[in-house]
Amino acid sequence: MAGSGSGKSHGEILRHSLSIALWFVFLTFPILVIRINPVEQIIVWRWHNMAMVGLGSFFLALAGGIYLKKRGAAPPSLVPGRFAVFRKRFYEEPLLHGPVLALCALFVFVFPHIFSSYQTNIMTTALIYVVLGLGLNIVVGLAGLLDLGYVAFYAVGAYSYALLNHHFGLGFWTVLPVGAGLAAVFGILLGFPVLRLRGDYLAIVTLGFGEIIRLILENWNDFSFGPSGIANIPRPGLFGVEMSLEASTNYLYYLMIGLVLGTIFVVNRLQNSRIGRAWIALREDEIACQAMGIDKTATKLAAFALGAFWAGMVGVIFAAKTTFINPASFTFLESAIILSIVVLGGMGSIVGVVIAAMVLILLPEYLRAFAEFRMLLFGAVLVVMMVFRPQGLIRSTKRRYRLPVKTAHGHRG
Amino acid sequence: MMAAVLEISGLTMDFGGLRALESLDFTVHSREIVALIGPNGAGKTTFFNCITGIYAPTGGDIHLVSPQRGRERINGLKPNRITEKGMARTFQNIRLFSNMTVLENVMIGRHCRSRVGILGAVFRNSATRAEEQEVVDSSFAILEKMGLAHFANDYARNLPYGAQRLLEIGRALATDPFLLLLDEPAAGMNPQETRELDERIVRIRDEEGVAILLIEHDMRLVMSLAERIVVMDSGRKLADGVPVEIRNNPEVIRAYLGDMDA
Repeated sequence: MAGSGSGKSHGEILRHSLSIALWFVFLTFPILVIRINPVEQIIVWRWHNMAMVGLGSFFLALAGGIYLKKRGAAPPSLVPGRFAVFRKRFYEEPLLHGPVLALCALFVFVFPHIFSSYQTNIMTTALIYVVLGLGLNIVVGLAGLLDLGYVAFYAVGAYSYALLNHHFGLGFWTVLPVGAGLAAVFGILLGFPVLRLRGDYLAIVTLGFGEIIRLILENWNDFSFGPSGIANIPRPGLFGVEMSLEASTNYLYYLMIGLVLGTIFVVNRLQNSRIGRAWIALREDEIACQAMGIDKTATKLAAFALGAFWAGMVGVIFAAKTTFINPASFTFLESAIILSIVVLGGMGSIVGVVIAAMVLILLPEYLRAFAEFRMLLFGAVLVVMMVFRPQGLIRSTKRRYRLPVKTAHGHRG
Repeated sequence: MMAAVLEISGLTMDFGGLRALESLDFTVHSREIVALIGPNGAGKTTFFNCITGIYAPTGGDIHLVSPQRGRERINGLKPNRITEKGMARTFQNIRLFSNMTVLENVMIGRHCRSRVGILGAVFRNSATRAEEQEVVDSSFAILEKMGLAHFANDYARNLPYGAQRLLEIGRALATDPFLLLLDEPAAGMNPQETRELDERIVRIRDEEGVAILLIEHDMRLVMSLAERIVVMDSGRKLADGVPVEIRNNPEVIRAYLGDMDA
């Protein structure tokens, strides 16, 4: 649908939209039109739903087709859109950065005081996913190692807090680095056997690894208390101060804000360093990367360990936030969501990942009004996104280096 | 006679039942330009892959003689270890990091000559900043030498073909080698570019003091550039000598043109 829109006449777009509408009507027929009423034993035919789906998808497809045609016809970049102008101005005007950042900071700071504790809770969850996305971004976005079992490290972090607290009474702040470190160790453990694998094979093995961790947690009752999970995990403390439920929700929120900022800082520095360059080179061409003197083993293991590190850390926070964990929180679906965050945000782009995590986690929450169509809409948003911006929300930017002065004139855009 | 930098004896490589290289012996001397030629499928690229560690050879010995560390056997070492020891290469089918900038490509070559680790990257202390600037400066100097400075901030994939070949050489040079292996550096270049490449390779040898071993099919380039030519056919060394000898060697002519009697 994406590429085909540009060269078409209006008639073709019309026909195309019609066939899309028919297809949607066909697809949604069983769930949206037929309803079986078991009490009166009759079938209710909701024809009005069919009309709505048909008309809705027809006009959406039409609008999309016309938009794509226009975009294809207009000479690109001659007249930049208003948003593009603003973005360019924002990048080039350092004076704008201060106020915009200050506004963002102010909003972030007062958020728990102007919204309900329910909203704060959701936002904390979204922030957890921001960190997860940034961590996976190291592995997938930078080093190019497709990891489908990332949630395993999240589970390692969560269970290390729950178990260490249960058995030894260790506190949140003690376990936070321990959980992160343990997850990093697991990252290396997973890394060793998959050093030689690439692409699909790597994806399958990491998927298996994620499932192994979950199945162990589910079945090794003596160790992990099985599917019934672990309850009464203490919330994070603050020098022994007693906190109400609301205060501790806010406290966790600020804690996550701090952690997100810390993660962004560290990941950004890593990305723009010698090791970050090595990761990107590894992603681009493994053989050339080795031939240029980069130790493939060390570089891959570093990526796995540093990616897992963040998952372990927010795993601890997750356990402290929900005060109850069981293996059901660490299914493949979680890995898939985190991966969608990285892909949707734009591989290797920090800002993109932050925005994508917000969108992907907050959207389903606010789509609750649409109840049963929530996941359907969620899927539609993802599809539309990939049609219009396959490279992700934010493309990772090209880094420019400070060149020796004598040739400062010498670069071509 | 100059000292040897690369000594190969009895190098053999089998792929299953196929013998790709058979008991190859030869030597590259310090600051020498040697061309490796031979018909398609003679095993030239396999030979490169064996000595740079991409394949582990089945038999034989490969010794690198480093001016600093002396003679070392490098059979079966990983490619990155061999590059660290001072032998760098380019690839027949260009293998640049296409989504990195031209400068970053060369900076990757400096990787094995720099040391900053994870903690250094996170804290970005003065030592890290100094090293980073050194990497940028030396990489940029290489770009200037290769005539690519004006492309520094472009993506490698957007470079014209000839410039991509040069960038591969520059990237290999950034690893501070004393022996440079070039796999068909002139492939796909027009005569003008090939002439420039000829001069540039000689200049690299003169200025950097590296020995150069190249695989090449462009005979005019080989004859003008190489001080010595090694001819391979079906995995074996057929001849080894100065260009004039090779040109008149009947076996070489037979390998290239086929057996006239048959």
